[in-house]
Amino acid sequence: MVLPSLAFLIIFAYLPMGGLVMAFQDYKPWLGLTGSEWVGLDQFRYLFEREDSLQVIWNTLIIAIFKMVLNLFAPFMFAILLNEIRKQLVKRFVQTLVYLPHFLSWVILGGILTDLLSTEGGLVNRILTGVFGMEPIFFLGNGDWFRFTVILSDVWKEFGFGTVVFLAALANINPSLYEAAEVDGANRWKQTLHITVPSMIPIAIVVGTLALGNVLNAGFDQIFNLYNSLVYSKGDIIDTFVYRTAILNGEMGFGTAIGLFKSVISFVLVVISYRLAYKLANYRIF
Amino acid sequence: MYHKSPSYRVFNIFNTVLLIVLALLCVIPLVHVLAVSLSAKAAADANIVGLWPVDFTLEAYKKTTSNPVFLSSMWIAVKRTVIGTFLTLVLAFLAAYPLSKENSAFRGRNVYAWLFVFTMLFNGGLVPFYMVIQKIGLMDNFWVLVLPGAVNVFLTILMLNFFRGVPKELEEAALIDGAGHFRTLFSIYLPVSLPAIATLALFSMVFHWNSWFDGLLYIGDPKRYPLATFLQTVIIQRDMSSMSINPADMALISQKTVKSAQIFIGALPILIVYPFLQKFFVKGLVMGSVKE
Repeated sequence: MVLPSLAFLIIFAYLPMGGLVMAFQDYKPWLGLTGSEWVGLDQFRYLFEREDSLQVIWNTLIIAIFKMVLNLFAPFMFAILLNEIRKQLVKRFVQTLVYLPHFLSWVILGGILTDLLSTEGGLVNRILTGVFGMEPIFFLGNGDWFRFTVILSDVWKEFGFGTVVFLAALANINPSLYEAAEVDGANRWKQTLHITVPSMIPIAIVVGTLALGNVLNAGFDQIFNLYNSLVYSKGDIIDTFVYRTAILNGEMGFGTAIGLFKSVISFVLVVISYRLAYKLANYRIF
Repeated sequence: MYHKSPSYRVFNIFNTVLLIVLALLCVIPLVHVLAVSLSAKAAADANIVGLWPVDFTLEAYKKTTSNPVFLSSMWIAVKRTVIGTFLTLVLAFLAAYPLSKENSAFRGRNVYAWLFVFTMLFNGGLVPFYMVIQKIGLMDNFWVLVLPGAVNVFLTILMLNFFRGVPKELEEAALIDGAGHFRTLFSIYLPVSLPAIATLALFSMVFHWNSWFDGLLYIGDPKRYPLATFLQTVIIQRDMSSMSINPADMALISQKTVKSAQIFIGALPILIVYPFLQKFFVKGLVMGSVKE
């Protein structure tokens, strides 16, 4: 019964791994995998000599690390605050709305954001100029603002969904702990500090360590749907760079090399993070 | 009790207001798009639309739904979502059953399990994948949207974890009564795992409906793009030179209200399944342990 799935995996996951030999070749489509010239590690040497590829790796790290940290803290704080709401109706209302953006694609959200953030009458700039009297901000056309926008909009999309695991952890806290603290005279802030936060630390460690494996994934879908040639220098990440060099410019060998570079580092990080999650919080995937 | 203290009351009011504002921030952009799509062209172009339509009209929706390219891409997206979800479910269901067994009952289980999990950890990357699609002749073919993603290892693991929670006695009774593994799977496991299957189906549907990159990469003719890819090209890519669209369609696309209508229609199926999804996914995620 495993065989049908396995067949798919062999074709669509293991077969492409064979294609990785292209990273060590000067691949020419008309010569094919067997005919192309072997160049050893030249593509990788080239990768570390080209200024644009180094910049791309740097961009990827910056954007991904900010996202990783904020996407851990925002849901953590939000879950604690949400847990303080005692009116079920309000709680349900908030939960229903905050989960939603997670399920919309970056195509839809990209379209919405480019419209909202446009300097020519976008809602956000209308508020900034009209209410606060500020100069309009070129969110998607200025490199630094672009990074800011990418990071913030990702947090906006995911913070609600990220609270799910934390809320589950909160629901599992033994209520007698709070009762005991109350008898001892702890106010709600002290209770939060000494009961709620420590109880959520294990799950936060799991989420945090697992995110570590994603440190080279700065979000292809999002960046691809938001960026433009004005912000390539600060907004281009490994995945979008591979698409542009390999698929659009036909540098197949080079594209494979940088893809392989990313896969290997990600693999090592994922394995380390799974080990850590198991060690620190006894987490296993199956 | 702490919630009667004055300082906690003050906190509670601030907290409630803050969270409601944050929650509204998550949907306001969508409300704005809806308002623009229902406004008259002049009002939208003058940027005076906020969260409520100005000069209400359904013109943009009429134009959108009379665009044959839009409609055919929608049909392709529906076809893709239905077929893709079905295939993913069948494959996950079949594979999860043996993989959920103990090592003693299914020799080699660990080897298979690792073959599955390894694909989550390491992949060949975009270029080799593209080459494989090219070599096996899936380029420009509808099936390229469905087959490569048919096995979803994450959903298979969710299913597997659910099967582990099914009482062993059920299966043992069936085996004693002479049922084979297939019979057990379909008569015993299938009915009890309907909630899990519904969860997986919703996740898979959302995935397929939202997928756009494969269409852009592997399908050459924009007339055969699924809706998400079509939307990507008309909403996101400002460079239309590569698209074979006649000038009349171009004029239609550049209008703000029509763009907004297209965005809203693209999000609509998600908004419709969302209430069901929301009910299920909290349970579903906890069932399959933490994901991320």
